[in-house]
Amino acid sequence: MVNFINLVVAGLATGAVYALIAIGFTLLWQTSQTINFAQGEFAMLPAFLMLAAASLGLPLWLAVLAGVAMSALVLGAAFKFVLVDPMLKHGVLPLAIATMALSIFMKETVKEVYSAEAQSFPSLLPDGNVAILGAPVSLQSVGVFVTSIVAVAALQLFIARTRTGRQMQATAQNPTVARILGIPVERMILLTFVINAVLVALASALISPIYLAKFSSGETLGLAAFIAAIVGGFNQIRGAIAGGMVLGIVDNLSAAYISTQYRGAVPLFLLIAVILFRPQGLFGRAEERTV
Amino acid sequence: MTTLRSHPVACALFAVIALGLLFGPLALNRYGLYILSLWAVTTIAAIGLNLTLGYAGQVSLAQGAFVGIGAYTTAIMTTQGWPILAALAVAVVLCFAIGWLLGYPALRVQHHYLAFVTLAFSTLAFLVFRNEEWLTKGIYGIIGIPRPVVFGFPTTRPLPFYYLCLGSLTLVSLATWWLVRSPWGRAFVALRENPIRALSLGVDTRRYTLMAFAIGSALGGVSGVLYAPLVEFVDPTPFALTHSLNLLMMVIVGGAGFFFGPFLGAIIAVLLPEWLRFAQGYYLIVYALFVMGLLVWSPTGLLGIADRWMAERRTRAASAARAAAAPTLEKEGV
Repeated sequence: MVNFINLVVAGLATGAVYALIAIGFTLLWQTSQTINFAQGEFAMLPAFLMLAAASLGLPLWLAVLAGVAMSALVLGAAFKFVLVDPMLKHGVLPLAIATMALSIFMKETVKEVYSAEAQSFPSLLPDGNVAILGAPVSLQSVGVFVTSIVAVAALQLFIARTRTGRQMQATAQNPTVARILGIPVERMILLTFVINAVLVALASALISPIYLAKFSSGETLGLAAFIAAIVGGFNQIRGAIAGGMVLGIVDNLSAAYISTQYRGAVPLFLLIAVILFRPQGLFGRAEERTV
Repeated sequence: MTTLRSHPVACALFAVIALGLLFGPLALNRYGLYILSLWAVTTIAAIGLNLTLGYAGQVSLAQGAFVGIGAYTTAIMTTQGWPILAALAVAVVLCFAIGWLLGYPALRVQHHYLAFVTLAFSTLAFLVFRNEEWLTKGIYGIIGIPRPVVFGFPTTRPLPFYYLCLGSLTLVSLATWWLVRSPWGRAFVALRENPIRALSLGVDTRRYTLMAFAIGSALGGVSGVLYAPLVEFVDPTPFALTHSLNLLMMVIVGGAGFFFGPFLGAIIAVLLPEWLRFAQGYYLIVYALFVMGLLVWSPTGLLGIADRWMAERRTRAASAARAAAAPTLEKEGV
């Protein structure tokens, strides 16, 4: 039982991080039909930006902030203006392929600049254990979970309660009508890209102390976020949250109780089952076919 | 290809390349022959993917896994003493059937679900190759895969084996050439260009899409059947998701939907690392930058550039002819 509680809490923590990455993924899809195959690498790079900032002598919290800012600039604005904007008019596929090339580029560049070794990453959160239902649970996991949930809640509030947030929603639902209503659609799309970049930077700062910062860590993170987004529902933020949590827990429990060798396979079966029986995702709306 | 028949330059180019592929290798060393054979084998897989992507408009992220299934089938069967033709038959049937089974649920829903399902399948296949040691020997791999004897000629040495690869590539190309010109191929294009129109014209879009995907997957298997004896060693690493993504990039870079796109894409993907050898670790960075730059400039790939250039030349020639004809018309009018 103690073991089980530990696994669930650890699963919720990684699941919350998957959710952060998956939310950005669905946001980009909703507002600009971008399937970002480099999303995992997006969650890998900020950790290295933060390490670079820290190596300049900045204190950790400032280095993390600097990393988030750089990420917003590079993975948000530059990504949109340099790669997405010129390609978007040619349809979904060439852009998706270009993001695959981008993921190779980011991975290899980090490997050349920083070496292929995994780098340890200092944690912002306190160490130690806390007792939950009599089981000692790592404070780090609880901290990761709480931070992610606060971030997601803040995002939800922003989207639902502010004027800009509602303008973003309108842009996602119907850009043409949004434009007619005087919403600055271009600025809203840029905002989505920046939000995505901030979310992945946050995810990167939260997950790297646990799994270390490594050039290849984006592969696992990207696949997990991808599956979380589809399992939850490709077009819903709450779907991405639920998908992330489900995936985190399933991943941890199956590693402990089913098979460590096939740990990676269980989420994939989950994915195939969802596509077979509920293609719009657990919480998604079915998308109407567009002519 | 109409452009081929109507253009003497293109015809001559084609003949030169064909002669080069036939007689050039006589002057190559062992390593050069290996690279060229690898190009032929990779091209077969890329042709299959082009059928799925370029002609039927579906994204498959599992072509590398199908190559893996073909390679493992051959490795397991030929080390047990079966002839390679039996392995080929099993691999083709297996890949076709798996493709059909994967595509069936995925194509029930539109959009990008085939991409998602094949992504999952690709990762699963890799796990099976790595973990099922009783069958695949796991990470240690299968060694000592014999090269086949074709019509009494052993292909143990690199040159005969290269000709086997080239011959297979030629056969696959001819079959695909016939396929895309058959009513089936026209249906494939129809449902890529406008699936709803195709549906309303009575094309059973789902069945044709499935067919294109399953045939494309089977060609991935054919590529694997040749890959195993080429390398003479099979382990899980080359069939990871990365290989599927690479094959996809090859097809797009060459020009998806163009018959010769995969040939060109495979040349770049297989030979570029050799040319960029001086760049060492940086070659993947250069390659990735090249792909992004190319796609921003021409989303239809390299052959898309050629196609646009020829179309422009033809319009310019036509308007020049019109301009030349105009004064005489005016005179006649007066």
